[in-house]
Amino acid sequence: MIEARGLVHVFHTKQGKEKTEVRAVDGVDLDVAEGEVVGFLGPNGAGKTTTLRMLTTLLTPNEGTAKVAGYDVVTQSEDVRRSIGYVSQTGGVFSGARAGDEVMDHGMLYGRTKAEVEKRGKELFEQLQLDGLWTRMPRNMSGGQKRRLDIVMGLIHEPTLVFLDEPTTGLDPQARANLWEHISDLRSKRGATVLLTTHYLDEADALADRIVVIDQGRIVANDTSANLKAQVSGDLVTLEVADATRIGAAADQLKSLAGEVEIAANTVSGRVARAGRAVPGLLRELDRTGIELESIEVVRPTLDDVFLTLTGRSLRDAEAASDAVDAAAVEEGAAR
Amino acid sequence: MRFLRESFIVFRRQLRMNLRNPAWVIIGMLQPVLYLVLFGPLLKGLVNELGYVNAYTFFVPGLLVQLGIFGAFFAGFSLIGEWREGVVEAERVTPASRTALLVGRLARDVLQLFVQALILVLLGWAMGMEAPLKGVVFGIALTLVVGGACAAASNALGLATKSEDVMAPVINMVMMPVLLLSGILLPMTVGPKWLLNTSDFMPFRHIVDAVRTSFLGDFDGSAIVWGSGWAVLLCALAVWWGTSTFRKESA
Repeated sequence: MIEARGLVHVFHTKQGKEKTEVRAVDGVDLDVAEGEVVGFLGPNGAGKTTTLRMLTTLLTPNEGTAKVAGYDVVTQSEDVRRSIGYVSQTGGVFSGARAGDEVMDHGMLYGRTKAEVEKRGKELFEQLQLDGLWTRMPRNMSGGQKRRLDIVMGLIHEPTLVFLDEPTTGLDPQARANLWEHISDLRSKRGATVLLTTHYLDEADALADRIVVIDQGRIVANDTSANLKAQVSGDLVTLEVADATRIGAAADQLKSLAGEVEIAANTVSGRVARAGRAVPGLLRELDRTGIELESIEVVRPTLDDVFLTLTGRSLRDAEAASDAVDAAAVEEGAAR
Repeated sequence: MRFLRESFIVFRRQLRMNLRNPAWVIIGMLQPVLYLVLFGPLLKGLVNELGYVNAYTFFVPGLLVQLGIFGAFFAGFSLIGEWREGVVEAERVTPASRTALLVGRLARDVLQLFVQALILVLLGWAMGMEAPLKGVVFGIALTLVVGGACAAASNALGLATKSEDVMAPVINMVMMPVLLLSGILLPMTVGPKWLLNTSDFMPFRHIVDAVRTSFLGDFDGSAIVWGSGWAVLLCALAVWWGTSTFRKESA
């Protein structure tokens, strides 16, 4: 469904007299097969949205080529647009217009008849739990309702490929969990192929078959969540000792399994391969040497750990660093 | 055919939103009415010195063009609001023609202007304006062309700046010389020669002149040709500019 090769997009920014080039997307290759749900993960400013805008024909690549739904994004952009649904970060419904009107007008711009879009729109409202909100204005909707309405807009012309840009940003946990269900339904009930961007690791983990990690405009990983996690050497085991004076002894015990450990006050932690098997032995040994534990915690690697392993930075640090790039991109937008 | 359908969908949506929130339409209308009612009478005593017989026959054409220019200049502000909410992007991701996205909006602006122009002219007649129907029809038509041009330029400017804070000063900067050099309030001919010569470079003055002469029923002079030429040229340029911003608009 998607076949992108060497996509590049360069923003030019000006600060005073100094002109700088920001390579927001710097040589991205991306393949998405029919029926796949792919999570496009990266910190803010990593180039996720810019890549998506190129794939949805809203932005012309400076270099590289991409075929989406079988059409070239530059030379056959209209065919691409006809085949895809795109739900942008901001959505696309005017806050002061009636939801149903907006959905119908949007569908009619795809060449559908009024009767068709009305029927389809009302079905979608029901399926996405928006019953009774047909004449309501989005400004009077909750965040979750508004987001589901955005998804209705993206599905009104029955696309086979759906792009979701940060679908759950800004939602409360309950609305988020609810939206996840609807996103999974896109494939299970509609057979759609989905490419979604997110900077939440748990979201990519929960929804996507495959995760593509992007950082500073380049793809740094492309695999299933399980395989990516396997790249992180082991589970994080954290011991909290009751008597802080014994922390050294506990650390030695853990070190024999983990190699490297980190000590902080009365806790010690380290990465242990297949912790499920190793921990019982560790506990016996601690017991035998009379080290009393306050708590023990075993955490499976998260995608955050994966990101740290891949890039040497945690997602949070990466976001702080990318603020400058974001500002540049905004400036670029304003200059156009 | 497809283009017309797409333009119509955009037009109908815009019109629906305008009717839901008609404050701007009313404010836009009120301004020329106030000019007519509160400034028109001041001209009554001066109008003979200005070379005109009837104050309203002189003043209504100027107000008409002013309505066309200034009302339409604000069209771009609502587009910025739509852009911010992702509406423009959502429209651009459909297969609809980019030109239709602009033309649908211009159609709304021109319709709005048409209604305002009718009210203004009827009020003018009620206050004693003397003008032949043929001349009034031509004057309104020319106003609509100018209004379309200004609305297209305003939409282009809105999408290019994407910020009310940037757009407002730009429009103010453009509006002052337009108001002062186009002879809307007083004819440029009463001023010194240098001012008249300067105003020759202001396209809108030629348009005001053209509407004024058509209201006098005089279709023979060169004023009509100059005014119409400028109006059509400005409109073509502005629509081209507007379409190209809708095409390449990014971020």
